[in-house]
Amino acid sequence: MTILANVLVVFLILCGLLFLVVAAIGLIRLPDLYTRAHAASKSSTLGVMCILLGVFFHFWLNENHFNPTILLGILFLFITGPVGAHIMSRSSYIAGVKPWAGTGRDDLKPEIERMKKEQNLK
Amino acid sequence: MSFQILLNLFLAFLWMFLSSNYSVSRFIIGYLLGLVVIVALRKFFKSRLYIDRVWAVIKLSVLFIKELILANVSVLTLVLKPKLELQPAFFKYETKLTEEWEITLLSSLITLTPGTVVVHVSDDSKSLFIHVIDSNDIDETIDSIKNSFEKAILEVSRS
Repeated sequence: MTILANVLVVFLILCGLLFLVVAAIGLIRLPDLYTRAHAASKSSTLGVMCILLGVFFHFWLNENHFNPTILLGILFLFITGPVGAHIMSRSSYIAGVKPWAGTGRDDLKPEIERMKKEQNLK
Repeated sequence: MSFQILLNLFLAFLWMFLSSNYSVSRFIIGYLLGLVVIVALRKFFKSRLYIDRVWAVIKLSVLFIKELILANVSVLTLVLKPKLELQPAFFKYETKLTEEWEITLLSSLITLTPGTVVVHVSDDSKSLFIHVIDSNDIDETIDSIKNSFEKAILEVSRS
């Protein structure tokens, strides 16, 4: 039983670590802000969630200490992670950060220009 | 829907009083019996049964977790490939959803699915602007995925 619990904990924490490393590599390798937002929003959310789940199972199964605060933390990350990525990419598009040169179709540009004209922004 | 839940709780308490045994297991038995009564009397309620909606929420969460894991595997292969094969694009997606919480839920679901991030929601909240990381082959598959998401959310909110 202890071995099974340890295998679960180690697997979860290793998975989380792998996803966090991939998020960091993605932040370095990807060409522009919008593609980096992909790596940052997805991989780091699941990575931190996996590590928290591993910690939760360790304290629950090995130390007999049930800690629901960790579960609340997971829920909180789940809700705020994608919203953070959305807000950062939206505000940088409005502030005028250019997408990468290889970007194909851009439906957003006319919409943002119309919005700026309506609100008399520069 | 909340009326049905309250009624179910009331029936559970009634069961506890009838058997004058105030324990958690008695409460659970009363709750299940109340559920049976509510299912039996379903034609007298105007809205649909609340367990229906709870089931839809469970299905939506399972879909969400599955898509989150798939998204991470796709980001992993994309980032670790020796040659970056990117074809980013911004595209517009018309949504049928009207309530604000539905649109918020849909955009966070889209942000956590493979290769898409919601960048902007239009002022009339009828269309979402999505940044997609690889526009070659994903366009149609993304549309199908989002149709499944939208359908699942509509399933939850349908009265």
